[in-house]
Amino acid sequence: MADSKSVKMTDSAAKSGAAAGQAAVGEKTGAAAVQTAGAEKTGAVPTLEVKNLSISFGGLKAVDGFNVVIEKGQLYGLIGPNGAGKTTVFNLLTGVYKPDTGVILLDGKNITGKKTIEINQEGIARTFQNIRLFKDLSVLDNVKAGLHNHHKYSTLEGILRLPSFYKVEKEMNERAMELLSVFDLDKECDYKASNLPYGKQRKLEIARALATDPKLLLLDEPAAGMNPNETAELMETIRFVREKFDMTILLIEHDMKLVAGICERLTVLNFGQVLTQGETSEVLNDRRVITAYLGE
Amino acid sequence: MTKNKVRVQNAVTYGMVILFWIVIQVMDRTGHLTSLFKGLLVPLCMYAILAVSLNLTVGILGELSLGHAGFMCLGAFSGAFLTNCLETAVPSVGLRFFMALILGAVVAGIFGLLIGIPVLRLKGDYLAIVTLAFGEIIKNLINVLYVGRDVNGFHFSMKDTTSLGMDKETGVVLIKGAQGITGTPRAATFTIGILLLLLTLFIVLNLIHSRTGRAIMSIRDNRIAAESIGIHITKYKLMAFSISAALAGMAGVLYAHSLSTLKASSDNFGYNKSILILVFVVLGGLGNMRGSIIAAMLLTALPELLRGLNDYRMLIYAIVLIVMTIFNSSPKAIELRSVVMSRLRGGVKKEVA
Repeated sequence: MADSKSVKMTDSAAKSGAAAGQAAVGEKTGAAAVQTAGAEKTGAVPTLEVKNLSISFGGLKAVDGFNVVIEKGQLYGLIGPNGAGKTTVFNLLTGVYKPDTGVILLDGKNITGKKTIEINQEGIARTFQNIRLFKDLSVLDNVKAGLHNHHKYSTLEGILRLPSFYKVEKEMNERAMELLSVFDLDKECDYKASNLPYGKQRKLEIARALATDPKLLLLDEPAAGMNPNETAELMETIRFVREKFDMTILLIEHDMKLVAGICERLTVLNFGQVLTQGETSEVLNDRRVITAYLGE
Repeated sequence: MTKNKVRVQNAVTYGMVILFWIVIQVMDRTGHLTSLFKGLLVPLCMYAILAVSLNLTVGILGELSLGHAGFMCLGAFSGAFLTNCLETAVPSVGLRFFMALILGAVVAGIFGLLIGIPVLRLKGDYLAIVTLAFGEIIKNLINVLYVGRDVNGFHFSMKDTTSLGMDKETGVVLIKGAQGITGTPRAATFTIGILLLLLTLFIVLNLIHSRTGRAIMSIRDNRIAAESIGIHITKYKLMAFSISAALAGMAGVLYAHSLSTLKASSDNFGYNKSILILVFVVLGGLGNMRGSIIAAMLLTALPELLRGLNDYRMLIYAIVLIVMTIFNSSPKAIELRSVVMSRLRGGVKKEVA
């Protein structure tokens, strides 16, 4: 069933290079079908379902027929060698790029082709591979910026300092401090974001993403540049976030210790295509994965 | 904690402006003000308003705009036009001036919005060039604009007075091309200037320290991240840009009402004026409203106060510019300042304890 659906999508999209995409789909829908069947067994709508997602830049197929199903509450890993298209997948999911073909369903709702801010409001929040904080704003204001769409008052109310301003600002401060204390950043709330040490900047970025109250959190190499201690702490934080906020998390990571430690399922990308996907332990022992990415 | 700090900082800024007003009033009453300095008081306020409003675009939104004089020009002409139009309908000069201030701000704000829509898609140098061109275009258009009124209503022309084709008996030319608008009542006083400066500060400071200001600054710091947390980039960029333009328009109305003849000349509204305002903003510190006011007032008053030194005055002006830049931007100077400040604060705390 899934097979016919995804092929239909490819047809309707009718973009250049779609034919090549179809050929690739033929090989991989096997894996996707297994995934979808799994979802149907539990009966719940998966938090994220991606079918046959493709994009090319010029002649390069950066992502080619990408499929994934992420159940609610899952900690899902996306791994693969450099240039495999992992961050491109994130950019497609968050609307930075528009896919050539494919469908993205968030909680069963089609969000394909929507703008970044709309997708955020639908419930996908992300962090970035190279940290993107609001560097001249305070730590507190970084999180409060994340609360922008959840605690509102108009610009005029803000300028005139009407009662609603004080009320909403108070709510925002409380909510932001709550989030900061989860990440042990509450003492640094007055610091400029750029003055935080590296590890805390990573945490602040996660806190800011969580402030938008997402259904799905995308973490792009959260452990990049961290020492083993910081990585171990980060693993705890990610686990904690999942428990505390009942969050579904998709993360890109090169640190196999972290991936093996916290991810339940994995998808391996290679040259824009899904190499394999499944339970973490199975995937990490897969011959093809070892050859293409992990090494002997 | 942060909030209180912000409140104190804002109070200091307001207090500084009010203190300046009191000092000038006292000096005026006791006869210590020269007529030269008296003539400077309204321009001082005007430049301070322009610097604060431009700082909203450059320091808070983070976009380089070189068309601020253009918005000021729009405000000045629409305001002066209204004051002259309503001469018979509204006899009270004060009321007309008030209405002119509102109209000037609205017109400049609307143009800010219209120009912002295409222009804010550009970045950095490109934005600077386009806004620079906009300022020049506005100035040159008003320079060839003729508007008259007679019993049949308003007449417009881009050629000369005769081509307005007005009724000879009742026709009055309101805007005379390069000769501009004459006969605007000189209603602008120092006190009104200070009140408008306080209003500008109130709007800008409250805007910055609100949800909207946070959104604007998040766009400045990282557009991609701002988008990823659901902040509407275009909306907030346009909002900041048009508020900044509206305040410049208001300053323009103030300016128009301090002159008996308003001309859209290069001296008044040319790109040099835009760059001068930018100099105030940069010297005062990007995003630092208090700095903008101090820089604007100091650098406006200085060339006039140094007139006695004849040939040396521009030299001293240049030296002051360099010293201010170093004081504000050099890492060593910033370090020294923070050491001095913390020592002063430490001293105060000990005394309190």
